[in-house]
Amino acid sequence: MFQMYYYLKNLSPTQQVGALFVTIFGLLLLASVGAFLLSVREHADEARADFWRKELKSLDAMLRTSWLMVLVFWIGWALGDRVALTLFAIVSFFALREFLTLSPTRLGDHRSLVLAFFVVLPAQYALVGGGYFDMFTVFIPVYVFLALPLASALANDPLRFLERSAKLQWGIMVCIYGMSHVPAILMLRFPGYEGRSAFMVFFLVAVVQVCMITQHIAAQRMRRKPIAPAISQSFNWDSWGLGVLVGSLFGALLAGITPWVPGTAFAAAFIACSAGGLGHFVMKALKRDRGIPNWGAEGQSVTGAGGLLDRVDALCFAAPVFFHTTRWYFGV
Amino acid sequence: MLAKMMSYFLLGLIRVLTGSQARWHGCPPKAEQRIYFANHQSHADLVMIWAALPKELRSVTRAIAAKDYWTKTPFKQWLTSAVFNVIYVSRDRTSDEDPLEPLFDALQNGDSIILFPEGTRGFTGEPQPFKAGLYNLALKFPHVVLVPAWINNVQHVLPKGEVVPVPVLCSVTFGAPMQLGAGEERRAFLERARAAVVALRDV
Repeated sequence: MFQMYYYLKNLSPTQQVGALFVTIFGLLLLASVGAFLLSVREHADEARADFWRKELKSLDAMLRTSWLMVLVFWIGWALGDRVALTLFAIVSFFALREFLTLSPTRLGDHRSLVLAFFVVLPAQYALVGGGYFDMFTVFIPVYVFLALPLASALANDPLRFLERSAKLQWGIMVCIYGMSHVPAILMLRFPGYEGRSAFMVFFLVAVVQVCMITQHIAAQRMRRKPIAPAISQSFNWDSWGLGVLVGSLFGALLAGITPWVPGTAFAAAFIACSAGGLGHFVMKALKRDRGIPNWGAEGQSVTGAGGLLDRVDALCFAAPVFFHTTRWYFGV
Repeated sequence: MLAKMMSYFLLGLIRVLTGSQARWHGCPPKAEQRIYFANHQSHADLVMIWAALPKELRSVTRAIAAKDYWTKTPFKQWLTSAVFNVIYVSRDRTSDEDPLEPLFDALQNGDSIILFPEGTRGFTGEPQPFKAGLYNLALKFPHVVLVPAWINNVQHVLPKGEVVPVPVLCSVTFGAPMQLGAGEERRAFLERARAAVVALRDV
């Protein structure tokens, strides 16, 4: 582990990218080939085959997300910060679209929805892109928090006003505020780490994704008693802890591409993973409230939601926590 | 050329805004002469159904638009005639000719049509009672297949009176084809057609 750390640390950024490219795409390729081989395997009895089919389906979805995330990272790296920022803004847009579809709004909210999509979202990403740290961390919680309910109130419709405002505010917090903190990491300037901030984005995305996959597999395998069965049939502290542990260890392994030593990287990954795992659980509660198992459950939703939010919600919660703790502790 | 670009632009826009998902529940998309009839809550309805149809069917499927509203400005006129190739019907009964005359022509030409039998946009969730046009068409063209459709959620995209659309996921559900029964009364048929549309809301 330490050999790997020093080896990675002493490479130039271009070499680091090359090494990462080979490792990550290699691992993903291996996993995908493995999943494919498992999918063509013959099974003795039907029940077992069925079990495997279900297992593989969720694994497949996760692998596809991982591919997508790595691809987004790579495009961002190759084409620069602005492109990365735009890509994340697009993800925000689709995630918010999904969120609001399943939290039905009333006619009176139309103006505030227009503001949310076409003013708040671009403004937030512009602030991130400009590196106005003090502004983009308070823009949504302070200013938008007042402006949007005002637009709704002016529409003269008091019915379920608090509920409607809360839904919109939540959607914006998770899908815009949370998501925009991922590319915000690009703007952090660690001393002696110039030009490599994209690695920090990769670090965050990778550890959270590893944590979520581990948690998912662990929950299926260990079959512990769920803590809150009405909200999630699978969430329990053991699999959550295991996910966080594996994610954090993976973070320590990646320390070579961060400005940190393995211990610090472990701590940072630990914070991101805990927040991500718990955030995913909170989003499950929101989904239960809407009476759906997933944002994009096949055959169940009339909305055509693609389930994008299911995949990125952990990241939306992990990113702001990761960003603020890092910025506060290291003073960058 | 400009019209073609406009149609691609609108299709792209409606996909980004709504996802424009088509769900063929009662029948597959097929190149036969059809009358699609659906609930009507927004201007985007037309584009929604249009985007939900496969590309090959789009050129032979024409929507109905109110003449007074959609020819008011040159832009509206251009949009409806050059881009969507709609069939105009007049809502006022001043002229002597049957307001359905243009529809008869289109159906005789072999075109499929998209009809919003409520006549105007509503915003109650429940569709208003259907107007008699659907019945008259079914009576006159018994070989044309009647396909009910439910357009979900579009009223949130562009409510009546608003200009800027909001992104919300929408879907169009197509139901099983229905027919005018032998000697079926007008009122009963229209009620049945409306029920067929509403039933698609929950599938």
